[in-house]
Amino acid sequence: MAKPMEQYKWHELNVGCVIDEPGNASEYMTGDWRTMKPVWNNEKCVKCGMCWLFCPDAAIYITEDGYYTSNLYYCKGCGICAKECKPGAIKMVEDER
Amino acid sequence: MKKGVEVSVAAALAVQLARAEVISAYPITPQTHIVEYLSELVANGELEAVYINVESEHSAMSACCGAAAAGARTFTSSSAQGLELMHEMLYVVSGLRLPVVMTTVNRALSSPLSIWGDHADVMAARDTGWIMLFCENGQEVVDSLIMAYRIGEDRRVLLPVMVNVDGFSLSHVIEPIEFPSQEEVDRFLPPYQPLFSLHPDRPVTMGAYGMPEIYSEAKYAQETAIINSKDIVKEVFDDFANRFGRRYNLVETYNTEDADFVFVALGSIGENIKSAIEELKKEGKKAGLVQLRLYRPFPWKELIDVLKDKKRIAVTERAAPGGALNGPLYTEIATLLYNNGISTKMENYILGLGGRDVMPETFIDIYKGVAREVSEVPTKEKNFMFIGVRG
Repeated sequence: MAKPMEQYKWHELNVGCVIDEPGNASEYMTGDWRTMKPVWNNEKCVKCGMCWLFCPDAAIYITEDGYYTSNLYYCKGCGICAKECKPGAIKMVEDER
Repeated sequence: MKKGVEVSVAAALAVQLARAEVISAYPITPQTHIVEYLSELVANGELEAVYINVESEHSAMSACCGAAAAGARTFTSSSAQGLELMHEMLYVVSGLRLPVVMTTVNRALSSPLSIWGDHADVMAARDTGWIMLFCENGQEVVDSLIMAYRIGEDRRVLLPVMVNVDGFSLSHVIEPIEFPSQEEVDRFLPPYQPLFSLHPDRPVTMGAYGMPEIYSEAKYAQETAIINSKDIVKEVFDDFANRFGRRYNLVETYNTEDADFVFVALGSIGENIKSAIEELKKEGKKAGLVQLRLYRPFPWKELIDVLKDKKRIAVTERAAPGGALNGPLYTEIATLLYNNGISTKMENYILGLGGRDVMPETFIDIYKGVAREVSEVPTKEKNFMFIGVRG
């Protein structure tokens, strides 16, 4: 979107609220409603990539040294990565903001 | 040249003249003849359209929604329980601003099960954001359908349009109807040019999630569109009159100029009221009739112009109030008069439910103030008169 949602006036919306900028959902900060966030312990991490594979929001990415971390702009703190992490390298902690 | 034809068939022929491209419907009495005849036209190659058979009315409206979103001119038709089943999709289509056109062949709602005519179905759908037209005779059905596409597809409107046709008393009668030529209709109604359509060359999202930050703005925009559509409806009526010689008005009046008493009605019952008015004339009594051709958006200014000087207004409705203070049409007109500082005596008559015939004599009785209700009134707390009930 050209500007934040709350700044749109009624007459600035497309007819029928059509979105004519494909892919603009990526601008939406889904991580805004998070209460928990994943924290990686790289000493336990075996770099299997299961967290990356299971993340429903594709919010986990690989770092330069081959470990994993999450993009907190999108991460909703669902905890699926921690649940799927076999070595138990991911811990969900309260995200105080 | 006029052709004697069943009104349902005439409606199908009007849709053919309008060159509908996608038709999806589920049969339900009394609208079946319309889509049955359309399926014949498509099967015989007389109408170049895709006919989608579906398993329910909900799917019929959904198919029209999708086809309209892809830029097609669409048509469907339903009645009573069918309209109720597609109720959810009525809102989706109007919210997406898709100019789907449908006929609602008005029928009573269950229960008790009734296939016969009244306005319970459309009254349950009246605030779905559709433009709504009512018809009194077959010619009006044909003309309204052709105009409906022109109105709905106008870039200043982009809203679905429902053409209401009374079940049986209008849909199943054979009437002499004049059909415009295909060339005339083509000149009046150019092909639909959607503002947005689902096409891979220009991807768009329709029906996205509306967060609390945006929903009110979206609804305000939609409300503005339907209120402003009144001017375009009028414009289309005028253009139609110039081209085809048949003039329609948002609010139709009959003998209202010098009458202090007027009936207000929707649809085909107006013909019986007109007969009653003619009978009253013979006795030297003056009564008029006000009919809303356009019901949504509510033509309040035009109504005020007609009603403001009247002494007594009898609103007739073919729908039971269901626990409301009055019938829906009465309630709206009462609001209108109150807001304009008019305190005319108003009466609300609930009649013609579930196909019950209402003869001109009943309207004469209403005029004379002797219309019979049940003799043992079960409650004194009601504001409307329920006409023609035994007991």
